[in-house]
Amino acid sequence: MSVVFYLIAGLTVAGALAAVLLKNTVHCALALTVAFAGLALMFLELDAQFAGFAQILIYIGAVAILVVFAILLTRGSETPKDGVFGAKPLFGLVTAAGIFAVLGWAVLHSAQALPGAGGSPTPAPTVTVMQIGNALMDRYVLPLEIVALLLTAALIGAVIVAMHEKAGAR
Amino acid sequence: MIEKADQIFVLLAHWLVSFLPAGLQHVAMVLLGVVAIVATFPALFAITVLLERKGLGRMQNRYGPNRVGPYGLFQPIADGLKSLTKEDIVPFKADAVVHFLAPVLLVVVVFMGYAVLPMGRNMTLVSMDAGLLFFFAIGASTELSVFMAGWSSRNKYSLLGAMRAVAQMISYEVPMLLSSVAVVMITGSLSLNKIVEAQNQYTYGLPHWYIFTPWGFAGFILFAIAATAETNRSPFDLPEGESELVAGYFTEYSGFKFALFFLGEYVGMMGISGLGATLFLGGYSAPLQVLNFVPSWIWFFAKIMLAMCAFIWVRGTLPRLRQDQLMNFAWKFVLPLTLLNLVVAGMWRFMGNGWLRWVVCSAILLLAYVLMARVGMRKERFGPRIYRYAE
Amino acid sequence: MSPHLNPLTGYLLVAALLFAIGLAGALTRRNAILVLIGIELMLNAANLNLIAFWRYGPHPEALTGMMFAIFSIAVAAAEAAVGLGLVISIHRHTKTTDLDAMNRMKG
Repeated sequence: MSVVFYLIAGLTVAGALAAVLLKNTVHCALALTVAFAGLALMFLELDAQFAGFAQILIYIGAVAILVVFAILLTRGSETPKDGVFGAKPLFGLVTAAGIFAVLGWAVLHSAQALPGAGGSPTPAPTVTVMQIGNALMDRYVLPLEIVALLLTAALIGAVIVAMHEKAGAR
Repeated sequence: MIEKADQIFVLLAHWLVSFLPAGLQHVAMVLLGVVAIVATFPALFAITVLLERKGLGRMQNRYGPNRVGPYGLFQPIADGLKSLTKEDIVPFKADAVVHFLAPVLLVVVVFMGYAVLPMGRNMTLVSMDAGLLFFFAIGASTELSVFMAGWSSRNKYSLLGAMRAVAQMISYEVPMLLSSVAVVMITGSLSLNKIVEAQNQYTYGLPHWYIFTPWGFAGFILFAIAATAETNRSPFDLPEGESELVAGYFTEYSGFKFALFFLGEYVGMMGISGLGATLFLGGYSAPLQVLNFVPSWIWFFAKIMLAMCAFIWVRGTLPRLRQDQLMNFAWKFVLPLTLLNLVVAGMWRFMGNGWLRWVVCSAILLLAYVLMARVGMRKERFGPRIYRYAE
Repeated sequence: MSPHLNPLTGYLLVAALLFAIGLAGALTRRNAILVLIGIELMLNAANLNLIAFWRYGPHPEALTGMMFAIFSIAVAAAEAAVGLGLVISIHRHTKTTDLDAMNRMKG
């Protein structure tokens, strides 16, 4: 596997580790942005152009900013006095390590049965943006409308949940 | 001969690259393009800064800088030397790593946007299938740099300026995208090269630029408004307003980092002007068919400089908008008009080729503008002031 | 371990690692926003899995994998928005985002 893959994977994993380990919450959010960027680069390496650009646009351009705003609005930049990890972090670590072990074993055990195992890579599927657009209106129109409805509901819900209460009800 | 002048940079690049072995040639071509972009646009930035200071000065009935050379022409050199030799102050409690990375991220991101702009015939650095999406994705990352700058300074004014700037940039991102979607819809492709090629045709000597259609004209104006707000330019420059917030999110930056922010802002302005020229003004195509002998890259850079002059002109003319007026304008006026523009562009496409579509589309857009801007905003009443305290 | 790792195995392992890191973060950190960050990492790992299989798998339908990933990105963004709105609202009531301090329904 190529050097580029190792570099991008290293960047992504480093960003993810920093995002869950750092003390300062805003630093965690910025490290998460690095992880998102690394993932977008991986999508581009996998010839999924539209998914890569959508990842940058949506995750880095919107979700990261949302996380950062939420941290600022909840004064998360002050470090808590009891430390940043919860009461019993060991259970969480053991669970995560166990899941990684199971997934890793499954992937490596079936490496021969996966496509491309013989050393000959399968050709990349060519998906143009026009095909995606046609499919969104043709075959995937129902999921598109449902996602639009979901986004509208999420928008209205988030505004109502986070809105200030009326002055009389205070 | 005309062909040679038009393609002179491409031929030069090919000639330079032919000295290298065949394996390195592709990488060398891309590197040459990158070096050309990184060399050209800061030079244009220097010219623009001088133009702005002199132009604003003249608009305000004073001379601009005129000491440093004949008519002040060497002022950018003096500015550059000053910013390089000033002391680089980092506040004691500031977050040093984030404070350092914010201008770096801004400059990297704005230069990456130039990779997809077609600067002349065959002169795109990377010709992507989804080029427009790449430009907008990269443009969305500038907000992060603004926030990083404001937060890492540990300064209330900087933070306030950064939050305002990010809120403004996010609000105007949607109209910018939607007004470009109308262009994409009519062209049928997200690739900027195809959009320019679709506008490169002439009837009776007049070009097929999209700005000469009703939806294109409205789209161009809306895109220009959104672009002015995206780059924090007057009249939307409350986040960096000198009289309100000291300097907004780059208050605590001095010396070369400030110069980098300045560079990033102007280079970003030129990038968005380039995108606007590509989408609505025909990119590298000439305005009249008889003028096709002028090389295509001259037209592109002329359009960019025209847009920069328009930016400077607007800055010197209009007063600054308040933050809530700015957000109101975005969500209640610009966004509905861009949605209507989309519908009108669709109607234009399916109405056949006569005079009827011109009349109907123009009438709908004019009616919408009059209704929303004149009639809808007439009822602004000023009641007693309500104070809301931060909790 | 297979003698020659094909590229798909590499991507799947990275996705599994990201998922495990996100899960560890969501389960151990005290701040509610960091739990949401962990959840976003998990969703991204699943997206990486989808795109890796789309690239290297058999292609009876070349579009399904990419569409699935795009819809997943959209839904994850909506869920992040609502989750963060909830965290802000809870902070307004209890003045803290510490998950260990929110134990009123305990016992």
